[in-house]
Amino acid sequence: MNHSNHVVSSAITAESIADSSVVAPEAVAQYALGLGDDALVLAHRLGEWIANAPELEEDVALGNIGLDLLGHARSLLTYAGTAWGKSEDDLAYFRGESEFRSRQLFEQPNGDFAATIARQFIASVYFAELYRGLSSSQDPTIAAIAAKAVKEVDYHVDHSVQWLRRLGLGTKVSHERMQRGLDAMWPFVDELFRADPFAAELDGIAVDPRPLRAAFDGLVPRLVIESGLSVPEVAAARGGGREGIHSEALGPMLAEMQVLARAHPGATW
Amino acid sequence: MNPSVLSAEATTEAIARPRPGSADELAVWNLAATVVDPEVPVLTIEDLGVLRRVAIEGATVVVEITPTYSGCPAVDAIRDDIAAVLFAAGYGKVEVRSVLAPAWTTDWMSEAGRTKLEQYGIAAPAHRGAGGTVSLGLGIRCPHCGSMHTRELSRFGSTSCKALYVCQRCQEPFDYFKEH
Repeated sequence: MNHSNHVVSSAITAESIADSSVVAPEAVAQYALGLGDDALVLAHRLGEWIANAPELEEDVALGNIGLDLLGHARSLLTYAGTAWGKSEDDLAYFRGESEFRSRQLFEQPNGDFAATIARQFIASVYFAELYRGLSSSQDPTIAAIAAKAVKEVDYHVDHSVQWLRRLGLGTKVSHERMQRGLDAMWPFVDELFRADPFAAELDGIAVDPRPLRAAFDGLVPRLVIESGLSVPEVAAARGGGREGIHSEALGPMLAEMQVLARAHPGATW
Repeated sequence: MNPSVLSAEATTEAIARPRPGSADELAVWNLAATVVDPEVPVLTIEDLGVLRRVAIEGATVVVEITPTYSGCPAVDAIRDDIAAVLFAAGYGKVEVRSVLAPAWTTDWMSEAGRTKLEQYGIAAPAHRGAGGTVSLGLGIRCPHCGSMHTRELSRFGSTSCKALYVCQRCQEPFDYFKEH
C-alpha cells in the first residue's frame, strides 16, 4: 500500500479515530461540526418514524436512511472532536440548542408521511450534490467520509423521488398532502444554499453550497412538476442554523435525544 | 476469453482482497478471514471484501476493515470477533481499525461468496454499471426457484445492505443484497 493510501486509511473512522493521532485542524473541525449536526438532527427525526410509518416497509426504509445519516454524523462529529479532545457523544449529547449548527430544514417536525418525504427529497438532493463535491476535498478524512456517503445518499434520493411520484400522482388526498408537505418544507430550501460561514477559509477543502443551487434547480422543479405538483412560491425562512439560530422545533427534539445521556453521564451499553 | 477482461477481473480481485506478501502477515490474514458477517453468517469478511489490510507493526497486529454502509452496526461485532480469533491464536496485542477509503462496493464480493449467498436464500448483488443518469433496475433472480419474475417489495430490508423482494412464481419472499 502506498504512503498516501496509508495516511487515508489510518485517519478515518468513527470508532478508532479517537485512538489515532490524526487531529482535525481547527477550521476544518468547525466546518465538519456543522455538517455532522445536519446529519445527526435529520437522523433523529427519521428515527421518530420507527413503528409509526404507514407500513412496515417504511419503518424499515426510514430507519435505514436514518442509520446511514447517523453513520455520516458519527464520522463527522468524531473527526471534529479530535480538535478539541471531545468524543462524538460529548458533541451530540452535551451541547445546548444554540450550540447546534444544523440548518433549519433538518429539525422541522416530521408532520405527516408526505411532509417527511418532502423534507427527505429536498435534503437528499442537497446532500448528494454536497457530498459529490466533498469527495474530492483536499482533506483526506472529509473526502473519504463524503465518498462513502454519496453512494448511500443516491439511494435516498431514489427512495424519496419514488414516493414523491406515488403520492403526487396518487389519489386526491395523497396529492393534496404531498403538496402541503412541499409547501411546509420549501421555506427552508433557501438556507441550504447560502454561504457556509465555516467554509469561507477552506478553499479546496470545503464546498461552497451556493453554486450547488443550480444543480438543485435543474432537477427538483422538474421532478415536482412531473409528479403533478407545483413548485411552492413561498418566502424563504430567515435561516441562521449555522450561527445557532433555530426554529422552535429543535429544543424539544434535543431534549428527547439527550435526556438519557444526561441522566446517566458516561453510561455505556 | 478476452485477455483484457481477464486482467480487469484480476485487478478487481487484488483490490477486493489485498492479501499481504509476507508469510507472517498472511497467517494473520488467513485467521481474520475466517470471521463471518454476523448478519449474513455464510459470508466471511474476506468474501465480502470487508477485510482490507493486515500488518504487523512491532509487537502489534493491525487488522483493517471497512464498513459496508456508514452506519452499519455489524462493524462492532466484527471487530470483537477478529480480536477474539487472533487472541485465541496467541497474538497478544491486536488492533482492529475501521477505514472508510476506498469506499466499499458489492463488486468486491467474491464469486464463492455470491454462490454461498444464493444457496443461503439471498439473491446476490448485480454488478454495478459504469454509472449514468438513469438508474435502471435489472431483473433479480429468485434464489429459491430461479424465476426472473420477481418484484421489489421494499428498497430497504432487514439490514442496510439488503432490499426485500417477492417471487411472483413461487410466491416466496426473499432478501436481495443490493448492488452498492
